[in-house]
Amino acid sequence: MRRLGVLAALSMGNLAFLYVPIVVLVVFSFNASRLSAAWTGFTTDWYLQLATDASLRAAVKNSLIVAVVSTAIAAALGVAAAVGLDHPAVRRRRLIEGAMLLPLLVPEVTLGVALMLFFVTIRVPLSLVTVTLGHAAFNLPVVMVIVQARLRKMDPGLVEAAYDLGASPWQAFRRVTLPLLAPAIAGGVLMAFTISLDDFIVTFFTGGPGSTTLPLKVYSMIKSGLSPEINALSAVLVVLSMALVALAAMLQRDKTRRP
Amino acid sequence: MTSPISLIRKDRSDPWRSHWPLIPAVVWLTAFFFVPLLLILAISFASRGLYGGVEWRFSAENYAMIVDPLYLWIYLRSFLLAAATTMVCLLFGFPLAYYMARLAPRWQGVWILLIIIPFWTNFLVRTYAWMFILRGEGLLNSVLLAMGAIDAPLDILYTNTAVLIGLVYGYLPFMVLPLYAAIARLDRSLVEAAWDLYAGRWSVFRRVIVPLTKPGVIAGCLLVFIPAMGAFITPDLLGGARTMMVGNLVQHEYLVIRDWPFGSAISFVLIATVLIGVTAYLSSGHRFDEWERSR
Repeated sequence: MRRLGVLAALSMGNLAFLYVPIVVLVVFSFNASRLSAAWTGFTTDWYLQLATDASLRAAVKNSLIVAVVSTAIAAALGVAAAVGLDHPAVRRRRLIEGAMLLPLLVPEVTLGVALMLFFVTIRVPLSLVTVTLGHAAFNLPVVMVIVQARLRKMDPGLVEAAYDLGASPWQAFRRVTLPLLAPAIAGGVLMAFTISLDDFIVTFFTGGPGSTTLPLKVYSMIKSGLSPEINALSAVLVVLSMALVALAAMLQRDKTRRP
Repeated sequence: MTSPISLIRKDRSDPWRSHWPLIPAVVWLTAFFFVPLLLILAISFASRGLYGGVEWRFSAENYAMIVDPLYLWIYLRSFLLAAATTMVCLLFGFPLAYYMARLAPRWQGVWILLIIIPFWTNFLVRTYAWMFILRGEGLLNSVLLAMGAIDAPLDILYTNTAVLIGLVYGYLPFMVLPLYAAIARLDRSLVEAAWDLYAGRWSVFRRVIVPLTKPGVIAGCLLVFIPAMGAFITPDLLGGARTMMVGNLVQHEYLVIRDWPFGSAISFVLIATVLIGVTAYLSSGHRFDEWERSR
């Protein structure tokens, strides 16, 4: 038991390492002093300044547009790809699957510059559109992997039964496969949405003037000097991501309740 | 008139019907992933134009340039930092994953959630947190000075140490989750059998636990090493000019120097390094989907 005591202490240490920086950030977003790391009093001024920042609002809007559109594309194509790959008639499955997962393996910087070179070469101006196309490309395999994991656990007899009852492939998909995949699709969509909202690198390379998203805005704020507004903005983002994780956990719970 | 049964058979054996859902995804990834990647390869053998751009004249010069000690040193630094990050994450992550796997199922869920939350928090924000803590007049120095532990502020920010801290902080969850998955699957009775056969604590760990959780260890190491090797944000914010990694070099060559062919050569070598690592792992006998499952 003493052994587990040591393990418990080490694990708590790890957890502290993960959370202390985040907590520090949130606490100091309420610090009155603009410059020092010493506590000089409580204030919510930095949050008020964020609320009146028009460029920040534009960045949030851009981020949401990119995340919604790219997630929709990635979800549609990713679910279809997972279902297509699952079909027994697919030849060279391992090869196709491996190739489709490659976007998750190559370093993000190289993915970003590759897309930038591509758009510049075919003379498409860099904009919110090119950012969205790129996000859909790296989110597609994310959705696909999550849906595939669920498909593998699914009883193939259910779809067979639908066919035996005279369902067309589309009917079998729409009425049997899709409802069974719903929790995995929801999980994949949430994951893709979060990754898109958080993405800095691909956006940095494929964006043009006027396509500043929230992470790009945070980056330029950090680069122009540390300020308590960044702390406040960070705190808002931390709370938002916790809400998303909670939502994902709730979806997960619903899945286990399903018969 | 054909019976419904024969219609079904026809539908199911028709290869077009079964393949078509894959096609849009393949087309999309070809356009926005494979073609851009091939473009990098093509441009890496081209020459730099007079004003930036690309001149389509074959040249292997870009690859010859990488061997320059200046650039080799950046590669080596990236490799060493990524390797150090992986080792530290493994050292920190293994006890944590082991502890989690031994908890009551209810608590395991809570801990997984606690590990996932920082991982879902914006990477820039998490890196900024360390800038706030480590900078000259930052929190760490204020606390240490107030305690009298140091006389002058420590210069940690913009050093390799700061980059290492940032990388470990960013990628620790990638190590913990596959390790946890592997340890949770571990058959406890094998560990107990080892105890019954009078194995010492160290031999149980080395001869039973480590071999049985090896796929998780390798998956975790890859998941940390790959993004650490290509890191951009962490060295960009926490490092300085003397701690440049390959990711920063790529960005520098493309956007500052505007030498696209050389930037492409660097990118291609980086991609190749990562893919060789993954292939080595795959050919070591682990199935790809096993790795995917442990993610």
